[in-house]
Amino acid sequence: MHELSIACSIVELASQAAEGGVVRRVTIEIGKLSGVEPEAIAFCFPEVARGTPVEGAALDIREVEAEARCDICGAEFFTPDMLSACPCGSLHFKRLRGEELNVKSIEIEEPA
Amino acid sequence: MCASCGCQGQGTTMTNLQTGASAEIAPPPHGADHSHGVGEGDGLGHFHDGHYHVHDEQHHAHGRDHAHEHEHGHAHPHDSSHHAHAHEHPYRQIDIEARILAKNDAIAAKCRAWFAGREILALNLVSSPGAGKTMLLERAIADLSGELPLFVIEGDQATSNDGERIRAAGAPVVQVNTGTGCHLDAEMIARALAELKPSVGSLVFIENVGNLVCPALFDLGEHAKVVIFSTTEGEDKPLKYPHMFSAAKVVIFNKIDLLPHLDFSMERARENIRRVNSDAEIIEVSARDGAGLSAFYQWLFAQRTVAERLSGI
Repeated sequence: MHELSIACSIVELASQAAEGGVVRRVTIEIGKLSGVEPEAIAFCFPEVARGTPVEGAALDIREVEAEARCDICGAEFFTPDMLSACPCGSLHFKRLRGEELNVKSIEIEEPA
Repeated sequence: MCASCGCQGQGTTMTNLQTGASAEIAPPPHGADHSHGVGEGDGLGHFHDGHYHVHDEQHHAHGRDHAHEHEHGHAHPHDSSHHAHAHEHPYRQIDIEARILAKNDAIAAKCRAWFAGREILALNLVSSPGAGKTMLLERAIADLSGELPLFVIEGDQATSNDGERIRAAGAPVVQVNTGTGCHLDAEMIARALAELKPSVGSLVFIENVGNLVCPALFDLGEHAKVVIFSTTEGEDKPLKYPHMFSAAKVVIFNKIDLLPHLDFSMERARENIRRVNSDAEIIEVSARDGAGLSAFYQWLFAQRTVAERLSGI
């Protein structure tokens, strides 16, 4: 359940960036091949956020499709899982997208 | 690990088995009232059509109704009549664009630099529980301690059993107990190194918690991840846990002495490793009877040379 650690890191990053403000939304980016389950993050997040400036904030999860470029034929192709090979059959390729694990932004409340 | 929320406190402790000194690494878990169940309406999203949405409608409403940019430093009060949901307060957006694991990675980078400065080769050993990590280390300590100093950081959820075995085999060891945690992180390694004090030019084995899932994500500052894959496991382990196998520099097949008694196909297993990691080296050993270990030691010494070259020594 490494998602608990990941959720803690999200809350920590958001709390620091808020600089004392109240966070109402946290937007994160999770690649399909990042090794992290979005549902598990969403499950942990509200509990981890309790008692922090992030308590009660919405979590906006953007999943990123995984793509790679083949070293052999140069084609760019989707890699829906870790076992995907290039349509040409090659297993030698560079992952271009899909391993993201980022906090994109937060929204904080401002005094009216 | 999580100073702001304290929730990471999974009861992690560290024991120096040479001195018996014990210390807490993270604060203990929240009180008994701290439930990890999640109720409705607490900021969590919802599922539909097999896709996960978090407050989808509100998010789309922003796109349609908000004429102003979110990046600037002051707020525009909203016309509440147009915003029926959750817009009592004006807000501003702060772009962060940070890797979620940035803190772990920063500590791991410090560990890596620390290792390099001391000409230490650090290896992160990962496997399922029972694949033979500890016995492999016992053998390595017995066979190599005359040639180079060896130090061990032992990771387990509970007990110092493995740490005691390592100490009995003759290497200084710090046991990290992660409590409910499922992996070692860089902070634990930094703390353990301060306690273990491995000598210049030594070899540091980090025996991770037996788990082929979580440790794949957490950089510990190691030179390489070493997966131990025993012949009593299915040949399809690499396909079931591709993240771990793809992160490994070398895969050690352990328990090859049992092959005559098993239906395990080494050929199929190798093929499966190649499918997820075409660059990994594969070494076949038996930690029990010592077969193949000289190839593992050769690999270790070759990595020392590589590590020295990388650190510019």
